Amino acid sequence: MLAYTVKRLLQGAATVWFIATATFVAMHSVPGDPLANQRATSEEIRRNLEERYGLDRPVIEQYGIFLGSMLRGDFGISFTQENRRVNDIIRENFPVSATLGILAVTFAALGGILWGALTALYRNRLPDLVITFLVILGISVPSFVVAALGQLALVNLNAAVGEPLLPVAGWGTLRHMIVPSLVLGLGTMAYLTRLMRSSMLEIADADFIRTARAKGLPPTRIFLKHQLRNAILPVVTVLGPAIAAITTGGFVVELVFAIPGLGRYFVTAVQQLDYTVIMGTTVFYGAFLVVMVIAVDLLYGWIDPRVRLE
Amino acid sequence: MDAQPAPRRDPVTRAAVRQLLVLGAVCVAVFAGLMAALAWASSITGGGSAVHRAIDFETRTITLVLEDEPPQLDSTRSTDAISFRILGHVMEGLIRYDASNDLVPGVAERWEIRPEGATFWLREDARWSDGRPVTAHDFVFAWRKVVDPANASEYAFILYPVRHAEAINTRTLPVEQLGVRAVSPRVLEVEFEGPVAFFDKLVAFGLYFPVREDFYESRGERYGADAVDLLYNGPFAMTRWVHGAHVRLEKNPHYWNRDTVQLNTIDMPYVTSDTTAAVNLFKDGSIASTGLGQEQLEEAMKLRWNLGRYVDGSVFYVDFNFRPERPTSNVHLRRALQLVNDSAELVNKVIALPGYQPGVSMFPGWLTGVEGPFRHEYPPPVVTPDHDKAREHLAIARQELGDIRPLVLLTDDSPIANKQAEYYQNLFQRTLGIEIRLDKQIFKQRLEKMTSGDFDMVAAGWGPDYADPLTYGDLYASWNGNNRGLYENPELDAQVRIAQSSLDPRTRMDAFGEIQRILIEDAVHLPAFERGRLFVQRPELRGVVRRTVGTDPDYTHAWLEETP
Amino acid sequence: MTPPLRFQPADFEPISAGPPTAAPSRPSLSYWQDSWRRLRRNRRAFVSLAIVAALGVFAVAGPWIWPRDPAAQDVDQISQAPALPPTAAIVDPYTPWAGVTAEPPADGPRWEPASAGPSVTNLRLAEPATTQAVRLVWDGVEGAAGYVVYRSVYDPAPDRALGLPLGDTVGAARVSYEDRLDVEERRYWYSVVVLGEDSTERDAYATLVVEPVRAVSAEEAELRGWVADASRISPGDTIALPYHPLGTDYLGRDLLARLMHGARVSLFIGVVAPLLYVLAGIVVGSAAGFIGGRVDQLLMRFADFVVALPFLLFMILFKVAFGIGPGESGILPMLVALVLLSWPAAARLVRGQILQVRQEAYVAASRLLGAKTGYLVFRHMIPQTMGVILVTLTFAVPSAIFTEAFLSFIGMGVAPPTPSWGSMANEGIRTMLSHPHELLFPAFAISIAVLAFNLLGDGLRDALDVRMRGRE
Repeated sequence: MLAYTVKRLLQGAATVWFIATATFVAMHSVPGDPLANQRATSEEIRRNLEERYGLDRPVIEQYGIFLGSMLRGDFGISFTQENRRVNDIIRENFPVSATLGILAVTFAALGGILWGALTALYRNRLPDLVITFLVILGISVPSFVVAALGQLALVNLNAAVGEPLLPVAGWGTLRHMIVPSLVLGLGTMAYLTRLMRSSMLEIADADFIRTARAKGLPPTRIFLKHQLRNAILPVVTVLGPAIAAITTGGFVVELVFAIPGLGRYFVTAVQQLDYTVIMGTTVFYGAFLVVMVIAVDLLYGWIDPRVRLE
Repeated sequence: MDAQPAPRRDPVTRAAVRQLLVLGAVCVAVFAGLMAALAWASSITGGGSAVHRAIDFETRTITLVLEDEPPQLDSTRSTDAISFRILGHVMEGLIRYDASNDLVPGVAERWEIRPEGATFWLREDARWSDGRPVTAHDFVFAWRKVVDPANASEYAFILYPVRHAEAINTRTLPVEQLGVRAVSPRVLEVEFEGPVAFFDKLVAFGLYFPVREDFYESRGERYGADAVDLLYNGPFAMTRWVHGAHVRLEKNPHYWNRDTVQLNTIDMPYVTSDTTAAVNLFKDGSIASTGLGQEQLEEAMKLRWNLGRYVDGSVFYVDFNFRPERPTSNVHLRRALQLVNDSAELVNKVIALPGYQPGVSMFPGWLTGVEGPFRHEYPPPVVTPDHDKAREHLAIARQELGDIRPLVLLTDDSPIANKQAEYYQNLFQRTLGIEIRLDKQIFKQRLEKMTSGDFDMVAAGWGPDYADPLTYGDLYASWNGNNRGLYENPELDAQVRIAQSSLDPRTRMDAFGEIQRILIEDAVHLPAFERGRLFVQRPELRGVVRRTVGTDPDYTHAWLEETP
Repeated sequence: MTPPLRFQPADFEPISAGPPTAAPSRPSLSYWQDSWRRLRRNRRAFVSLAIVAALGVFAVAGPWIWPRDPAAQDVDQISQAPALPPTAAIVDPYTPWAGVTAEPPADGPRWEPASAGPSVTNLRLAEPATTQAVRLVWDGVEGAAGYVVYRSVYDPAPDRALGLPLGDTVGAARVSYEDRLDVEERRYWYSVVVLGEDSTERDAYATLVVEPVRAVSAEEAELRGWVADASRISPGDTIALPYHPLGTDYLGRDLLARLMHGARVSLFIGVVAPLLYVLAGIVVGSAAGFIGGRVDQLLMRFADFVVALPFLLFMILFKVAFGIGPGESGILPMLVALVLLSWPAAARLVRGQILQVRQEAYVAASRLLGAKTGYLVFRHMIPQTMGVILVTLTFAVPSAIFTEAFLSFIGMGVAPPTPSWGSMANEGIRTMLSHPHELLFPAFAISIAVLAFNLLGDGLRDALDVRMRGRE
C-alpha cells in the first residue's frame, strides 16, 4: 500500500512537470506581445518591463527559472495586476471556485441519486418520463444558456415576490451561492441521474436481490441495504473526477454571476496574455486534478476490498 | 418497453418511495448544513457581506457595479479607465474638475502658469488619510516616479511637458534632473520643456497625483496592491478591496473639503463587465446605476425607466496601413473606401444606440475651439457617400496597383467591434467588390499586430487624456508611436508642431482645423462613430457627474434625496 | 464393461460436407445485422438516427434548397422576428434635411428632476414618416435653451416615461429634429421637452404618435438586388422584400441560412474532431495493445500525461497559441486542439479492449483451431472493439459541439463572419429579452443535435453490446 502510494505520488509529480512544460511551451508559442499596451510605449520602457519579468533572457533560461520557482511554490508576479503575486491570486480566488465546485457536486450527487432511484423505481411510468425529460434538457442545453436563463428567472422571481429572495449576482454570503451552484451542478446531476438509473436497474435484476426477496426480507431492508447501497457505488466513483472537473470548469457560471473565481481570472489572463497568471493557474489546476485522482484511487482501494492496488 | 410492468401495489416500491422521501429530506438537510458551513468558511476567506441594496438613506450608502477590477492603484503606473475612476475618488491632484466641469483648486489653492513654467501654492489643510499634510515633496516624488525608467510607467509621456522628463524617461538624464522642485513644503515649482497651452488641464490627470515617499517605500512592490497598501488624499478612501469581487470607498475624514462630500459609502460588491448582469442587478434593485447596451433598450422602455445619455469622449475609426507594400497606401483606394463609408448608417442601423454620433472627423464634437464648439468654428469637410465616384477612384487604384488582393481588417473581440467589422466587410464587398478578410484577435495580439504593421486596415479608437484638441491632433504625426499605420505627411507634421508649441488659441485652433482637413482630404482614416453612453440611474441618487475627460462617473458631488 | 472399440479404415476417412443435421430455426444473423435489427427496434434510438440524418441533410443540402447568402446583410431588417414576407414602399433616395439633428448633448447629463414650465406645441411631422427618417417640427418656446427629443414604444403617459433620449437641439429656434435611429415599422410615441435656461428639463411635454412606413429608395433596392432595374419602379410603388422565415440577426442576415451554414461548422467540428481523435486513438491504442512491452509502457504513460491536462484550460491555451490568421475561420485550430487533447481516452479504450479480447477463450479456441492472425483480427478483434469505438464516437459528438459553443461564449470560437451554432447562441444570449428568436433557434439546434447523438449513443450501446444478445 505504502509502496503503491509512493509510486503514484512520483507519477503525479512527473505529470505535474509535464503539465508545466506543456503550458510553458504553449504559452511561449502564442503569437502576440504580453507587454503591448494601448498607448505606444518607448523602447526604454519596454526594456524595463522585459527586465522586470525576465523576458529578456533566453527561453531555455526562462524555462529553468520557471521550473525552479515552481518547485519553491512561487509563480511570480502578474503581468496585468503589476504588484500582485500569482500565489495571492490563487490563494484568494481558488477557495471561491472550490466552494462553488463542492456545492455544485453535492447538489448534483444528492439530486442525481434521488432522481436516479426514483426513475428506476417508476421505470417507464410518468415520474420516470418526466424526470428523464428534465435530465435530457439538463444535458442538452449549453451551460451559458442555462446560466443566463437562471439569472433571468431569479430576477423575475424577486420581482414577483417583491422582496429580494436571492441576490442576482455577486459573491459573499450563502444566499449568493445557491443559484450558481445549482446551475453549475445541473449537467453533472443529469449525468449522475442516468448513471444511477441504469445502475439501479442492473442491480434490481441481480441474483442477490432475488434471493433476498425469496428469503422474505422486508422490502425496506432490501431496498436500502441491498439495492440502493450497491447502486450508489458507481456514482461515488465518478464523484472525485466530477469535483475536479466542475471546479476547473466553472468559467461560465463565474462569468455570468460575477463570481470572483479562478476560472474567470484565467479567461481574462488569456485575453491579456498574462503569462505568469496563465502558467500559475494551469499548473495549479493540473496539480489539483492529479492529486484528486490519486486521492480517489487510494480511497477507492481502501473502501472496496475487491479493488487490488498493484 | 418493460415486458412486465411492475404491479401497482408492489410493497417494495411503496417502501422505497417512503424511504426516498426520508432520503430526500436528509439530502436537503445535509445540503443546507453544508451551505452554512461553507458560508462560514467563505466569510473567513473574503466577501462576507450581506445582500446589497441600491441606496441606503440612513447610512448614505450607494451600491454600484464595477465593470472590471483595477489592475493596481499605484497612480504613477495606472493606464486604464477603471483605475483612473477609482483614483479620481480617492486621490486629488493640484487642480480638479468641479461638478460643472470647470477647473477648480484641488490640493493647490492657487497657481500661476507662465510660458516657461508654473508655480503651485498648496493649501495648508490638505491631508493624507493618516492625518499628515500633503506637501510639495509628495508631488516631486510622484512625478519623478512616473518618468523614472525603472518604474516603467506606460503613461510617462503625459509628463513630457515637464523639463527633462523625456530625457530622463529615455535614460539620458538622471531622475533628479526633472524640472520640478519643492521650494517649500507648500510651494511647488515646475519648469517646462517648452510652452504648454493646457498645463492646468494636464495637472488634473491621474498621473500627476501625489505619492508620499515614506509610505511608498514602506510598502515596497505592494504599493497600490490592496486597500491597506495605499494612502489617500481624496474625498474618499478605499476601505475594502476583495480582488475580483468587492471594492468599497468610504468618505475620507481627513479630506480638506470633507463638508461638501455627502455620500458616506460607495459600495461596489459586484465586478462584472456583462451589461446583461448589470441590468439584471439594477432591475433587482441591487445597484443604483448602470450603463445600457442596445439589447436592453426594449426592456428599459417597457420598465419605463428614465434614461440619461452623454458622450464619453472617445472617437472610433478605421486606420489604414501606409507602409508602401500595402495596397492601402494608395490614395485612390482609400478615397474609394471613404466614399462608400456611411457612418450614419453604421450608427443608426447597426449600433442603434442613442448617444452615439456618426463619425465625421478625428476631432469629436465636444471639443472647444477658440470660443465656441470646435466643430462650429472649423466644420469638417463633408464626405457624402457616392458610389459612382467611389468606383471611379477604385478604377484608378486598380490601374496603379494592378489587381487588388483581399484586404485584411484587423479587429478585436469586443461585441461592437465585431459588429462593426462584419458590417464593413459586407459594405465594401457589396459596393466595391473588394474582398475584406477579418482578422479578429484578442487584445494583446491585436496590439502586437498593430505595432508590427501586420494589417491593411484596423478598427481603432482613441480616448482623450486631457481636454484639448491636441490629445487627438498629434496622433498622425510621423513621430507618434501610436501612428501605427506609419502615416507620414510633412504638411501635417508642421501643423502639429505649431499646435504643440504655440500659446495663441487662434493659431492653435487654425492648426487643428488644417489637420482635420488633411486627415479627411487625404483619406487618412475612415471615421466610424463618437461613442455615447446610455445609462439608467435611481431617481434618489442625484448630482452624479458624467465626464468626457476626467473622473467618470464622479460621485464626489452626489447626494441622496428621497423622492415624494 | 463396454465392448472394446473396433476401428475400421473407414472411420479414418474425412466426412463429407453433407447437409447439416440440425438446421437453425431462424436465419443466421451476422453481428452487424443483429445490431441493426436491435437498433431498429429501439424506438428512441431509431428516431435519433433519423434526426441525425436529418441534421446531416440540413447542413449539407440545406444551403442548396435555401440559397440565401448567410453573409448578406440588410440593415433595414435588423433583428426581425419570424414573420410574413415584408413589403416596402418605394420612396425618393434619402437626402439630408436642413432641420437636422443632434448636437452632442451638453457635457454631462441632466439628472435634475424636471421643473415646472411650458411645453412645446403643435408637434407634427414635416413629411410622411418612413423607416428612412422621421422628421419632426414643433412650435418653439420663447427663451428655451434647447429641446430634447425622446422616443418610446409605449405611451409616456401618465408617469412621464419618455423612453429613449434621442438627441438635443440647441437654441430656442431649433424646432426640428430628424430621427434615423433604427426606425422600424411599428408605433412610436415621440415626445419633445423644453430645456430651460438652467439646462434642466421642463416637466411638460408634447407627444406625437407616429407609425412609419417601411420604405426604400429605388437605387437602394437595385443595389441590394431586390429589383432588377431601378428605373422600372418609381416612388409610390411597393416591392416585396426578401423573406426570412426564421427572422434575421443583429446585422439583418437571414437566420435560416446562417443556421444551415452554422450547422456545417458545428457538425463538422462535432463529427470530424471525434473521428480524428478516435482514429488516432485506434492507431496508438492498437499499437500499444499488440506490441506491448516498452512501447506500450511509453505510449500509455504519455497518454496519462495528456489526460491529466485540464481540458478547458488547455483548449483555450491551444486555441490562442495556434492563432487565427486573417480571413480564417479558426475551425482548424479548434480541431487540432480537440484532437491533441482527446486522443488518449480513445487510445486507452482501444488498448484495453484489445488486451481483453486477446485473452478471451473463444479467441484462444479460434487460434487453437488454426485461425490466422488476420482472421483473428477481422473476425474477433475488430467487431469487438468497433462497437465500443462507435459508441464512444457517438458520445464524443455532443461534447465536441458543447466545447465549440463554450469557446464561442468566452469569445474564442470561430472568427466572424463564419457562423456556428455556438457563436450564434452567444450573440443571441445578449438580445435574449428583446429578440428571443436569435437565441432560441441556435440553442434549439444545439440541443437537438446533442440530444440526438446522446440517445443514438444509448441505443448503439444497447444494440452493439454483445452481452445483450438474446436478451430483450
